[in-house]
Amino acid sequence: MADTTQHPLVQFEDVSYTVEGVTAPIISHLNLTVESGETLVLLGESGCGKTTTLRLVNRLLLPSSGTVLVEGRSTTAWDPIQLRRRTGYVIQEAGLFPHFSVEQNIALVPRLEKWDEERIKSRVLELLELVGLQKSFLQRYPGELSGGQRQRVGVARALAAEPPLLLLDEPFGALDPLTRASLQREFLELTKRLGKTAIFVTHDVREALLVGTRIALMAAGQLVFLDTPKAFLKSDVKQAQLYLKTLESEVSVLSNR
Amino acid sequence: MNFFQFLRQNSSELLTLLSQHLVLVLTSTLIAVVIGIPTGILLTRNRFLRTPVLGLANIMQTIPSLALFGFLIPLSFIGGIGARTATVALVVYALLPIIRNTVTGILGVDRNVREAAIAMGMTSQQILWQVELPLAMSVILTGVRVATVISVGVATIAAAVGAGGLGVYIFRGLRQYDNNLLLAGAVPAALMALAADFSLGLLEQHFSVEAKGKKSGRSVVRRALILAVAAAIIAFIGYSLWISARSHQSASASTEKITIGSKDFTESILLAEIAAQMLEAKGVTVERQYELAGNLSHEALLGGRIDLYPEYTGTAFTAILHHQPISDPKAVNEQVKKEYAEKFKVATSESLGFENTFAILIRGEEARRLHLKTISDAVPHALNWSAGFGQDFITRADGYPGLARTYGLQFRSPPQDMDLSLTYIALASHKVDLIAGNSTEGRIAALDLVQLEDDRHYFPPYEAIYFVRQDTLDRVQKLRDVMASLAHAISPEEMRHLNYEVDGNKRRPAEVVQEWLKGKTKSQVSGGGRFQVSGFRRTGTFQPNKQGAFRRRNPETLNMKP
Repeated sequence: MADTTQHPLVQFEDVSYTVEGVTAPIISHLNLTVESGETLVLLGESGCGKTTTLRLVNRLLLPSSGTVLVEGRSTTAWDPIQLRRRTGYVIQEAGLFPHFSVEQNIALVPRLEKWDEERIKSRVLELLELVGLQKSFLQRYPGELSGGQRQRVGVARALAAEPPLLLLDEPFGALDPLTRASLQREFLELTKRLGKTAIFVTHDVREALLVGTRIALMAAGQLVFLDTPKAFLKSDVKQAQLYLKTLESEVSVLSNR
Repeated sequence: MNFFQFLRQNSSELLTLLSQHLVLVLTSTLIAVVIGIPTGILLTRNRFLRTPVLGLANIMQTIPSLALFGFLIPLSFIGGIGARTATVALVVYALLPIIRNTVTGILGVDRNVREAAIAMGMTSQQILWQVELPLAMSVILTGVRVATVISVGVATIAAAVGAGGLGVYIFRGLRQYDNNLLLAGAVPAALMALAADFSLGLLEQHFSVEAKGKKSGRSVVRRALILAVAAAIIAFIGYSLWISARSHQSASASTEKITIGSKDFTESILLAEIAAQMLEAKGVTVERQYELAGNLSHEALLGGRIDLYPEYTGTAFTAILHHQPISDPKAVNEQVKKEYAEKFKVATSESLGFENTFAILIRGEEARRLHLKTISDAVPHALNWSAGFGQDFITRADGYPGLARTYGLQFRSPPQDMDLSLTYIALASHKVDLIAGNSTEGRIAALDLVQLEDDRHYFPPYEAIYFVRQDTLDRVQKLRDVMASLAHAISPEEMRHLNYEVDGNKRRPAEVVQEWLKGKTKSQVSGGGRFQVSGFRRTGTFQPNKQGAFRRRNPETLNMKP
């Protein structure tokens, strides 16, 4: 495992990201540090740059200016394949390979890393239990699973090669509210138990308050708030207050009925 | 003869054609897959190449197949006549669906899945082989399936360039208006297309993502079925390759070898076959490249793919040498002989003894009722008539436009454009009132048609001759002998009889020629030296036989397309 003691796991240093032909930068002058063991939530409306921020970490994108450091090394200096195999990635709708069985999906990165089959087998069983699926799921295909089950497999796949860092892009966004709630709770337990570092993108303020150890609120490509959920509740930042108002109005609508 | 009797009698030829067809389709599809899939993959990686390359494949797809064969013939390496040209053309047609489906299949892979693959740290090679290709496979296979089915169809046209296959029966059936031949070509081709569609469909399902997870006992059956189909195809190809290897061995045994071509109508095949059998009787090995469409036989002769073929002086004069039609036979003969020797290094044989000119034909009853003898006689009546002509006649320099100008001929409506061999029946059954047939056509007498005299000598002379490559003539002495003995050896009556035996009585050209040559050899003994012009051994067989070769077909049911 990497020595994560000397450097913060992920560090954004004055990072901007622009797209040719678009005048406003997607991200401008972002400074952000993700410490080991925390779950940092990137919260914001669509188009605020939160997903772009996430994709800069595993070099799906490269910054236009500034540096993104992972384990103290710039992403431009990383071999992208190496970097991505040390980074678990979970996306909405899971992005499972439909032609792979559950077993093959979970074992993907270990097989790419050429683990021996015995180790892969025990790791897959371990993960399946970890995400709360029975052994009978191993030979099924994603098409036969419910949305929630698929997302569990997605999480298992991301964790398979024991990456020090997890990236999650609205992982529970497409699930029904009940499934979402139970997966959020389980995710919380999981990260606590495994002590994983995670960057979690969401536009759902409840989810952010629930799973995050810190919340980074983004608006128009800029970081407008960065602190704990508790501090978020008391924040006087304009965008934070807007989010808090939606919470209150939901409650008041219900109580007035 | 019913269809099943026909199949039984011709089973070995049918099997040969079937295997030629299958080998053509499979070779070309295989080549198209080997070229098309990598090209498709490349196009998914290079956005700038995608539009032009797909556009080019699209354009190639729209070239009519006969035209494409025409373009390919003069080319040196990929062209010529025979299976190679056909394979090239089939590959051209098969490429588009394969390339396009490869591109569509790969680009159609779910964005999430592709992004996940990248984010998991897969290399682009791993993504291609483990994600993109497996997920695109069923779409790609659909492309292969479409390509194969198209190939089965287009391969029937390959017969026109001497590549064999089931098209040989279809073309022959159209020409002789023989439903058995048509069916014997079309039914196996249709079955082959269905079989290809079905078996590749199975394979496609096997790779389909939707089918994943619904694997049950059925997949075992399916797998067995795929294996069985594959085994059957491999066995059949092996068998046909073995057959063709065997026939190749026997062909290369003799040192003197001549390839004889013919055009795609009965008389040309008969004349080619006469030369072929006479050469074979002298121990020369003959390879037959018959039924070449349009000007292919000329191209093939110049390209050295065939050594000789029968032609008509008037056709050579107008259609190949591009002269204005003239009616002096001697001048035409001399001009053709001279120009062919100078321009093409091709020798012209003596006249074979008959002319096959365009014959303006009307029904006998009309001719008698209106006392019509010449084309000029018919001009006043033509305003109430309709005419049907072969496509050739409508367009060629010595065809309809000149005829109309020379005689001031006008019809009730513009002439109908139809297959030449159908015009005779169309006339006999009152669908049209005047046609332009061939003067040696056996059915003229059989259907009680009357040829109007060309009283203004519009049609140039069409004396039958052979064109022979000069180098072949120098190489093979026996060919000179055969050419010499065929000079003025076939009378118009004999030619009409031979044509009728094939077209009317549905006999095989080889058999008809063999019988005729036997009769000739006998008269040669009595008459000495040369073949005699007249005195055909069998007498008066122009009338339909007792079953009524023509009555079997009901003229009223003919489906005529304007």
